[in-house]
Amino acid sequence: MRVRGGRFAERLRALWRVTAVRLSAIYLLLFAVFAVVLVFYVTATASGVLESQSRETITQEITELGRVYGQTGIYGLVRSIDLRSRQPGASLYLVTDATGRIVAGNVVSLDAGVLDTVGFTPRTFNYERYADSGVDPSKDRFHLALAQVEALPNGMRVLVGRDQTDQVRFRGIVRNALILALALMGVGALFAWFLVGRQALRRLDAMSASSNRILAGDLSERLPVTGAGDEFDRLSENLNRLIGRVALLQEGLRQVSDNIAHDLKTPLARLRNRAEAALAGGGADPRSALEGMIAEADGMIRTFDALLMIARVEAGSHPVMMMRVDLSQLAADVAELYEPLAEEAEAQLVLEAPMPVMAMVSRELISQAISNLVDNALKYAEMPDGRATRIVIRVLQAEPGRCVIEVADNGPGIPADKRGRVLERFFRLDESRTKPGSGLGLSLVQAIARIHGGTIALGDAEPGLTVRLELPTDGRPGEDGDDG
Amino acid sequence: MAYPAIQAVSSSELPSMRILIIEDDREAANYLVKALREAGHVCDLATDGEEGFHLANTRDYDVMVVDRMLPQKDGLSVISQLREKGVGTPALILSALGQVDDRVTGLRAGGDDYLAKPYAISELLARIEVLGRRRGGKDIETVYRVGDLELDRLSHEVKRGGKTIVLQPREFRLLEYMMKHAGQVVTRTMLLENVWDYHFDPQTNVIDVHISRLRSKIERDFGPPLLHTVRGAGYIMRAGE
Repeated sequence: MRVRGGRFAERLRALWRVTAVRLSAIYLLLFAVFAVVLVFYVTATASGVLESQSRETITQEITELGRVYGQTGIYGLVRSIDLRSRQPGASLYLVTDATGRIVAGNVVSLDAGVLDTVGFTPRTFNYERYADSGVDPSKDRFHLALAQVEALPNGMRVLVGRDQTDQVRFRGIVRNALILALALMGVGALFAWFLVGRQALRRLDAMSASSNRILAGDLSERLPVTGAGDEFDRLSENLNRLIGRVALLQEGLRQVSDNIAHDLKTPLARLRNRAEAALAGGGADPRSALEGMIAEADGMIRTFDALLMIARVEAGSHPVMMMRVDLSQLAADVAELYEPLAEEAEAQLVLEAPMPVMAMVSRELISQAISNLVDNALKYAEMPDGRATRIVIRVLQAEPGRCVIEVADNGPGIPADKRGRVLERFFRLDESRTKPGSGLGLSLVQAIARIHGGTIALGDAEPGLTVRLELPTDGRPGEDGDDG
Repeated sequence: MAYPAIQAVSSSELPSMRILIIEDDREAANYLVKALREAGHVCDLATDGEEGFHLANTRDYDVMVVDRMLPQKDGLSVISQLREKGVGTPALILSALGQVDDRVTGLRAGGDDYLAKPYAISELLARIEVLGRRRGGKDIETVYRVGDLELDRLSHEVKRGGKTIVLQPREFRLLEYMMKHAGQVVTRTMLLENVWDYHFDPQTNVIDVHISRLRSKIERDFGPPLLHTVRGAGYIMRAGE
């Protein structure tokens, strides 16, 4: 028994956890309270109206009888009451003498004590009509009435009353009708409510079922959208967008991991081959083999550093020390660093930064970005026809609050449809695969632009490639000066 | 006591230094100790922060190498607490974090140099040499000399064998740094950091080109080479072989 009771309580608790049930129960309770108040109010008002009608009639009769008594004395009064008592639908009349004996009227008996108090009876009392007395004992002979009692100077009492049976019955009918109507309404509304709520909640259930599948790893799943355009649809649409973004990020991550695996396996394989060759000692200088291995390892470390840097910048966890610097000077410094290299490659490195452009940036990161771009240009802008490479670094104030750093070359450029992809980690154009590089340079530049609240855009220099960094001069709102 | 700049010595010929290594990775630490001993230095090893702090506080070292993440007490706290106690032993911080601003926090805590893991042992050795000899008072000398090459830090004049050599400002600073650390191996990263103040790694080795340009200016019309390449490590400035 206890077990069953426990199980029942458990089931009840489970039921209570269903939102539709909980909301319905609360609704039912509120409705019941309102219904009870309403029933009491309506019946009380109705019976109040009826009672005051009875009182009015009684008062009128008392006035009339009083006049009769004044004109004709006690005998006239008794006669008049006797006459009135016999009329159909008569009021209740009773005249008693000083000892309480009935003198006239149509009432045979009534509740004790009613005659003792002069004035209106405070509440209804039971009485027996003369006409009903001794007729059928099984029939309920007693009725309810309201009355006014008057005392005559000689000790006689006169009672005039109105039967209240109909009123009481009417009140009962009204109350029952009300209760029935309200009960039907309540049950109906509850049912409707439950259906509507259930409908809404079923959609929530569907959404939560979908989210569970998504959580389980099926990112192609989407939350249901009914097309009604309501709050649920809007919620679903927003969440679907969110899931889409997560799926995209996950896909990107998967690609990156694939690429990392591939791009690190290649140098690892080379490293292993070199080690093997050196071990076999096939005539090759072991020292140069070891140096080659170190270079290979350094290359991998560099790739990891770049990856780590991009990841930290993208996650926003890289604390950046921003300060106000002259971008033209930064560009000039990088140009100066690369100038001998450019000269050696017989390339022309031009700096077009005519005036100081002050901006709140990380000197280190922006220098690195410009350096990466110049490095890229030197590596990839070489034309097979031997035309001299020309690289231009431009720094300019675009509009108030925005500045631009642009690195343009006159090399083969990047086809418009691939410009988006070269920003992806490890993506390399087929033509450049033979050249050294990790495929991370532009991704890093993009990450640096992002951390500064800026953008990177690749364009056509006709011929050649333009990489345009646009940065806010006041640093990223809310993040400047954070140096951890 | 300043080492005479003219003295032509290789790193290993310099007097040995007492070096404290605070590093919890035993394998890395042992490797480092072995390399430093081979270079002729005396090493003590501490494997946690407390022990390292105690050693540095009670004994006299020329350089200490401090790993940033240590058991008991992290590397930065060790250094800053030593500095509070007035221990000024030059400290090189090793860190696996290795990003620009980690360096800034490291140096702010009282470190003198910063090297990210994984590092080349040659890079670390070169930096330890430079740190350990730093107290030699080179900063107050106004003229550096290596062989017959002479660099005047005040007038910015460079002469070799009495003939004036015209250098670009950056070339001057490059030569100045090389001459200041004459006899010591200087790595490419050290040059990037100290001459250009860049802490990132340019994808192409731009420094080599700068060095060869400088080399052609100070050696082409003159006698024996002074600026030598050390394979797998960097460069060294010295007269003679």
